[in-house]
Formats: sequence, C-alpha cells, structure tokens
Amino acid sequence: MNPAAPSLSKPTTSVSPWAEAWRRFKRHRLAYWSLWVLGALVLAVLVGPLFYKVGINDIDFKARLASPTAGHLMGTDDLGRDILARMLYGGRISLSVGLAAMLMAVTVGVVIGSIAGMSRGWVDSVLMWVTDLFLSLPQLPLLLLLIFLFRDKLKSIFGLELGIFILIVMVIGGFRWMPVARLVRAQFFSLREKEFVEAARALGASVPRQVVRHILPNSLGPVIVAGTIDVAAAIIAESTLSFLGLGFPPDIPTWGRILYDGRDYMDMAVHWAMFPGMAIFITVLSINFIGDGLRDALDPRRVL
Amino acid sequence: MFNYILRRLLIALPSLLGISLVLFTVLALAPGDPFEDLANNPNVPAEVRMALRAQFGLDDPVWQRYLQWLSSMLQGNWGFSFVSRIDVDTLIWQRIPVTIAVIGLSQLLALLVALPVGVLAAIKPYSWFDRIASTLAFVGFSLPTFFTGILFILFFSIHLGWLPFVFRADISATGWEWWWEHFKQSIMPITVLGLFQGASWMRYVRSAVLDVIRLDYVTTARSKGLAERVVVIKHVVRNALIPVVTLVALQMPAVFGGAIVTEQIFRIPGIGSLLIDAILRNDTPVIMAVTFVFSCLVIFFNLVADVLYGWLDPRISYR
Repeated sequence: MNPAAPSLSKPTTSVSPWAEAWRRFKRHRLAYWSLWVLGALVLAVLVGPLFYKVGINDIDFKARLASPTAGHLMGTDDLGRDILARMLYGGRISLSVGLAAMLMAVTVGVVIGSIAGMSRGWVDSVLMWVTDLFLSLPQLPLLLLLIFLFRDKLKSIFGLELGIFILIVMVIGGFRWMPVARLVRAQFFSLREKEFVEAARALGASVPRQVVRHILPNSLGPVIVAGTIDVAAAIIAESTLSFLGLGFPPDIPTWGRILYDGRDYMDMAVHWAMFPGMAIFITVLSINFIGDGLRDALDPRRVL
Repeated sequence: MFNYILRRLLIALPSLLGISLVLFTVLALAPGDPFEDLANNPNVPAEVRMALRAQFGLDDPVWQRYLQWLSSMLQGNWGFSFVSRIDVDTLIWQRIPVTIAVIGLSQLLALLVALPVGVLAAIKPYSWFDRIASTLAFVGFSLPTFFTGILFILFFSIHLGWLPFVFRADISATGWEWWWEHFKQSIMPITVLGLFQGASWMRYVRSAVLDVIRLDYVTTARSKGLAERVVVIKHVVRNALIPVVTLVALQMPAVFGGAIVTEQIFRIPGIGSLLIDAILRNDTPVIMAVTFVFSCLVIFFNLVADVLYGWLDPRISYR
C-alpha cells in the first residue's frame, strides 16, 4: 500500500494484532530503546568471542589488576586474566540461564494454570493450594538448600558445567512458575465462557483442541509479559547464587561470579567488580522496560 | 477482630505443614545419607553421628520419619551444630534479633519512601515528578541488592570513608556512643534493602492510587468541599492500600532473600549469614533449622499482612 496516497475506500483495517502490538510497543520510548540495548548486548555476547580472541583463562602476570587499557579493554583480574573475554563468556551463561529458567517457569505455569482453569472442583482447589504454598516458600534459602544437597549428584551425572547449569535452571524455574499459573488460570476462567469457545464446543471440538486452538492463544498476552520479567528475575537469581559463592564454580565466569571475585579488590581494582555489575544492571533494566512496553502493547483494554 | 486473627492463624497452620512437608521431601530425595559425609569429618565424634541417626530415625518408614522430624522441630529440638559445637536453637536465637531489626527497619524505610512518592506520582500522573519517580523506581528494582551494596561500600566507605563497611556486634562503647556506632553501621544495609523494596512498592502504590482516584466516591468527597489533603489521605490512600498489602505480602519471600544477600555483603551476624556459613561448611542441622525459621518468618509476616488487610478493609474482617 502506498502511504503517500491513502484511499478512503480501502481503510487500513487489515492490521494484524502483532503489527498493532508493535505499533503500541514503539510508543513506549524507553522500552523501544531498551530493545536496542538488549539486542546489542546479546549480539556482543554471541558474536564477540568470535572476534575477540583472548582466552578466558589466559594468564598475564605482567598485567595483574590492570585498569582498562587498549590491550585489555576492561582491565584484568588478580591473575591477569582479561575481564572483557570473561564478561563475554559469562554473558552467554547468564543470559542462557535467564532464558532457560524462564522457559521452564512459563511451561510449568501454563500447564498447571491450564489444568486448574479447565477443571472445576477439587483439582483446581488442590492446584491453587500448591501454588499458594509455593508462593509462601522462602525461595532463596530453599534454592541454597537444594543446590547444597543436589550439586554433587548432578555434577557426577552431567559433568561440571552442564550439571550446575541444569540444577540452577531447574531450581530457579521451579520457583517462578506460580505467577504465570495464576495468570493463566484467571484468563481461562473468563475465556472458557466466551461465545467463540462455546461455538467451538458446539462444533464438537475436544477439550485439548479448545485449549490449544482457542483459549491459549487468547491468553498469551499476560504470559508473554510475565515471561519477559521472569528472564530478568532469573538472571538476578543466578547472579545472586554466584555472588553468594554457591552458583557456578570459580573457573566458569558468570557475571555474578566475576562480581563476587572482584568484590575483595574494590579498593585496588574498581573496574573488576564494576563491569559485571553494570552488565547485570543494564540487562535487567532493559528487560524490565521491555516488559513494561509489552504490557502496554499487549493489553487490549488499554487505548493508546 | 480477635476471631478474625484466630481464623487466620488456623489457615496459616496448613501452610506451615505444607512447607515442612516440602522441606522434608527435599531432604528425603537428596542423594545419599544426609549424615554420610559426617563419617569422614574428623570434627564429628562417632557417637554424635549415631545419636543423630537415631534421633532422625533414618531406618524407619517415611511417614514415621516425617512425623518424628516434625515433632522434634516443633519441640525446639533442632540438633547440634557441627561447627560451632552448640545447640542450633541457641545459635539461632543469638542471631535472629539482628535479622529482624534490619528487615523491620528497612521495610519501614521502604514504606516511608514508597507511600508519599507513589501517592504524589499518582495524583498528577504523567507529570514530570511522576516520570522521574517512575523511571527511578525502575532503576531501583533493576539494581540487584548485591550490586547496590558494593556501590555503597565503594562510595561511602572506601571513597568518602564515612561509614564502616563491616558490621561489628561487639561494640565496646556504652550509652549514646553505643547507639551512634550501631546507627552508623546499620545505615548502609538498611538503605540498600529499603530502597530496593521501596522502588517496587512505589509502583504498586502508584497504580493502586490511580485505580481508586477516578472512582465516584472520591468525586463525591471532593464535591462535599473536603480539602484535597483530606480526600487523598482519608478516602484515597486507605482504600488504595488494600491491594498494596496483598502485593507486599506476596513479596515477603523476596525480602528475606534480599536480607540474606545484604547480611552477606556487610557481614551482619544474622541468620542469613549463618545460613551461608553453614552451607559452605556442610553444617546440615543448622541449614535445615535456618530454612525452617525463614519459612516460619514468611508465614508470620503473611499473617501480619492478613491482619492489616482486615483492619484496612472492614468488609473482610467481620465476614
């Protein structure tokens, strides 16, 4: 269509819901710019190590605790290892832990929320009781307890890095599904009585088909928003575990782990703790802004 | 009111049971014998290990083990710390007042920041004040507590040298000096935790006030000729607080998580740092007991929120 000559006879009603959402999203300036910032970060972490060929464990004793220079753009740590290389590597782990934990939380949440939302009576009551119970569990102490108890077992099955990765993703994801489950259940309660679902039911659609084809797609908006914010929360959770010395082991640099190592050298080498801290902060901030923008964009009640 | 509190207490009981069940399941599913590594630990005499095995009844059927574990937890018989060599309950009672004080004061600070800022932002939505406050709130809850803590130490302790960055429990001074020293070393932890909570509460307060302020009864109150201040404080804020209390109660577990991190950064001798130390030293009875205490605290604060809820919303309390 030619935007210079809009014809009155052909109004632009054929805008898809996703294009409409994108238009609304772009109105939220901070969210729009955050998308660029996050995109740049993800790109740097993905592509960076291909171009920046300094090993994460290359030791340079001549430049211990060096401030950022042309040779080491983010300086070095106490063994003379390049912090930029470690940041890029750690970013991959931190971001993938965030994504994987979010996927786990959303999957569990959608399944439990759908079952509770479609079934009446005791199944719903029991599932909601479990959800409320999980909401009132002290999450960080339990996270620490689970990691303490299961770390060695998983390490021996899957190897050091993968074992810890699986454990952390499972544990973080396992404690963040409750808001999604509640959202999905509430959406199902209102959607399953709507006319279009009734029409599908009248045409003989089975319950799984009603859910998958008709109800679930229409309840996706809030789930996407909650999922976005879950990524940020999972990144913070992983960094917190690493920061407490109970996440990934010291030879696997995640952002939280680098921050934890750099903490003791704050008076001599500020950059060491500052770069990973800023990376976590900027990532989490931009994800939160994007979540806010998505909330504006995907909420059909809102007129913008 | 008394009946309401009693009823809430009765509702809290099943959740406590549920939490204990979760804790026990975690322990039971854990690979190997929870006391296995004690056999290799030279700090632990063999008779202590046997006594623990007998106390926890490791060879009984599962349900029996659960009941025994629960009853010994409820009787305050929490075992014996391997590292400190004293009873776990003594250890926890030594540490808990500091934690409660830090958490309580930081929540108070969060409330003092969030309530006025949130209300002012909602009264004039999309004004400059609202924009700046909302953006700062986003920054506030995107900054993880461990990073804020480090920034504070860097600026106030290392750069300016105003505040001590290690919390000392054994301050020898007396009288006013003692209070002043404690005040000085508590500023940073309380601010770190309080601002983090305050930032997310501010958003709750703002959206709750925005929901309420457009309602008809607020217009009625205005048209009666009440002063704007009275309308906002007596009519708007009280009703807006109802959903806020619910959200705050849901955040309680996160508050305790933040407290653990803060205690670790500033080396505050509370139960959070006790937990971390115990985990790093494989002190199983302490780990179990602290996790249980945290669960009880979460439930207790949920109870407080419920009572507040009843006070704010009379429709609920006497039903």
